[in-house]
Amino acid sequence: MTPDRSPEDRAVIKKSLGVAVATGLYGVTAGALAVAAGLSVLQAMALSLLLFSGGSQFAFFGVIGAGGSPVAAVASSTLLGVRNGFYGLQVSQLLDVHRWARPLAAHLTIDESTAVAVTQVNPRQQRIGFWLTGFGIFVLWNLTTFLGAVAGEALGDPRTYGLDAAAAAAFVGLLWPRLRGRDPLAVAALAVIITVATAPFVPAGVPVLAAVLAALAVGLPRRRTAHREVAAP
Amino acid sequence: MTMWLAVLAACALAYALKLAGYLVPQHVLDIPWVHRVTPLLPVALLSALIVTQAVLTNEGHLVLDARAAGVGVAVLLLILRAPFLVVVAAAAVTAALVRAFL
Repeated sequence: MTPDRSPEDRAVIKKSLGVAVATGLYGVTAGALAVAAGLSVLQAMALSLLLFSGGSQFAFFGVIGAGGSPVAAVASSTLLGVRNGFYGLQVSQLLDVHRWARPLAAHLTIDESTAVAVTQVNPRQQRIGFWLTGFGIFVLWNLTTFLGAVAGEALGDPRTYGLDAAAAAAFVGLLWPRLRGRDPLAVAALAVIITVATAPFVPAGVPVLAAVLAALAVGLPRRRTAHREVAAP
Repeated sequence: MTMWLAVLAACALAYALKLAGYLVPQHVLDIPWVHRVTPLLPVALLSALIVTQAVLTNEGHLVLDARAAGVGVAVLLLILRAPFLVVVAAAAVTAALVRAFL
């Protein structure tokens, strides 16, 4: 740490590295589960290097492991990946990414890099948070995917080590700072209801997409509410 | 061979979706409702992912198992302002212990 770094910089660097390590370590599971589902080590690596989105990867070999078709695996994975498009929309708006850097930024646009960026107040820390978290996870995720795939069978069931709960907890940690205020809380509650209500009836991945309706339901009617507030005595 | 095609198709589609977010014209971003909705999208999606990974089976049914216990501990630690890594590690240890002893 050089002394000219501001406390804000140090805080976002610490946060980014913390998220990168926590998420990166979970790549062990991405490798182990892929191999357990019948994919080769190279295919597990291809997913981590080229797809690079945990949720989509887990959806992919979750479907394969449960005996689903490769087409169903691609569909589930892609449906879960739609959210990254929304994240890209948000990140490009926030960070003002250079044209030449967009293809790289797009590849690093995942839940964690977006979450760290949008929870920063200043553009400088938003930029540091996005790139450091994205790169950090990319390096560690691929390293641990390789280790997990190779050691897969020797390691045994990753659930024995609670790694599935760790993934869910990481998402909770990312959601936590965004639950300030009435709108985010309403969206979260509505998203939970939508997910639980639709999950038994639709293919894996669809409930997460359906939860987007929660954001639309709360975010879209704002203008009318504002008018009413202005009109009130 | 079919598996490789599926793997590469999934990779290509995932990247196309990510890139699409950056190629949307600027004027689309300047619409007020887009500004209001976009910060709420990760809240909705993260909430749904948590539910999917913590309390739903592969078939989409509610179940309270070791994962829920791990996430419960994670929430408690977040309320106590514990660091991110501690929260994640505690969730893993909790789930592992519940599976080992219950």
